[in-house]
Amino acid sequence: MATRGFQGRPRTESAAVPPGQYVTDDFPVLTAGPTEYIDEADWKMTITDGTTSKTYDWQSLHALGTVDLVTDFHCVTHWTKLGSTWTGVPVAKVFEDAGVEEFEHALVKSYGGYTTNLPTEDLLEHDAMIAVAFEGDDLTPAHGGPVRLFVPHLYLWKSAKWLSEIRFTDDEEPGFWERAGYHNYGDPWREQRYYSD
Amino acid sequence: MTTPPTPPGKLGWRRAKVRENKDETGSAHTVFLDDEHWQAHEAGQHIDVRLTAPDGYQASRSYSLSSGPGEGPAITVERVDDGEVSPYLVDALEPSDEIEIRGPIGGYFVWRPDMGPTLLIGGGSGIAPLRAIWQARTDAAPMGVIYSSQTAQRVIFAEELTQARDMYVRVHLTREEHADYRHGRVGVSDLSEAIEAVKPQLIYVCGPTAFVESVSQNLVGMGIDPRALRTERFG
Repeated sequence: MATRGFQGRPRTESAAVPPGQYVTDDFPVLTAGPTEYIDEADWKMTITDGTTSKTYDWQSLHALGTVDLVTDFHCVTHWTKLGSTWTGVPVAKVFEDAGVEEFEHALVKSYGGYTTNLPTEDLLEHDAMIAVAFEGDDLTPAHGGPVRLFVPHLYLWKSAKWLSEIRFTDDEEPGFWERAGYHNYGDPWREQRYYSD
Repeated sequence: MTTPPTPPGKLGWRRAKVRENKDETGSAHTVFLDDEHWQAHEAGQHIDVRLTAPDGYQASRSYSLSSGPGEGPAITVERVDDGEVSPYLVDALEPSDEIEIRGPIGGYFVWRPDMGPTLLIGGGSGIAPLRAIWQARTDAAPMGVIYSSQTAQRVIFAEELTQARDMYVRVHLTREEHADYRHGRVGVSDLSEAIEAVKPQLIYVCGPTAFVESVSQNLVGMGIDPRALRTERFG
């Protein structure tokens, strides 16, 4: 059904964009609560499987070596940003260094209490990184700095800001938005926005 | 950060008919919708809206519901000049037109009467979900509203706010002076005064990113527990 009188923007033969998304040049901020302000020097993150744990600070994270990734990313509020450069340490690298067990699920925690869940393989076998920079600059607090998770193949709420812990577990535990009506997995290409999609 | 359980049932697209497209301020309109399958919503929830062009191209966006829980679905939309969807909704949509919607959606930026005294702080069209919340107020859950607008002309729901004698209401204008309103940005002293008057258990802040950042950082700096703060940002 066409909507009477609606034409939309001129169509461009641009890169493929997931269904229901529009391309923006901005980088909007979406957070459920106030922005957390954490100094690089104070930031710490723990990788754990409940038995084995390793805690990283800014230096020990960087010691693992960062990579640059040029990619698109997609927010469930319908915007997509194309071709940005992110810098960080691949999650697989941190996982290997921490020597934790590969349980099926991961629960990610942030400073401030935010959580999100995703399958462990989505952290280890895709482009997921522990990100420290965006377009060559340190991540700002509003965008999750000093360190956030970045999982470009899933909607951006999976890319937890102000990362404080990744816990690998046998049991799946839904995170903050996953308990609030959003999809458990969140694949933009299958438009998995809400719980029943 | 606790959230309620996910409701059952599938969240599919439905056609809704425009009952009225009400001009609120010139640049903001409230679109009242008739949807025979609408199920009661909670204050603060949103819907997704989808428009389809003749060639099949579709554009979808999320809009907060500005109608209270006892009312049917309505969204209040500010025209973004270079936008794709909002100019259509504000300028072109007419009664009996049909658009596709799905919802109500969202289990976090919602308010229920058992949440107690609440302070609502809105910037620009960020007042939309806050209007849904104040419509749900009860004697047991008093409310205060701080609303920042650029000009008097752009104050949405002005009449309703003026007549709401049971609410603490302060409207700020950032770009002009006007006898009925405060002049200047919402600052720490304005926030203190409102908190003193309302004694809120929860504070909801919605508006443009810079506005929400400024207000929420001031509140945290004043010693408000971040867990008592719920924010929604746009742009």
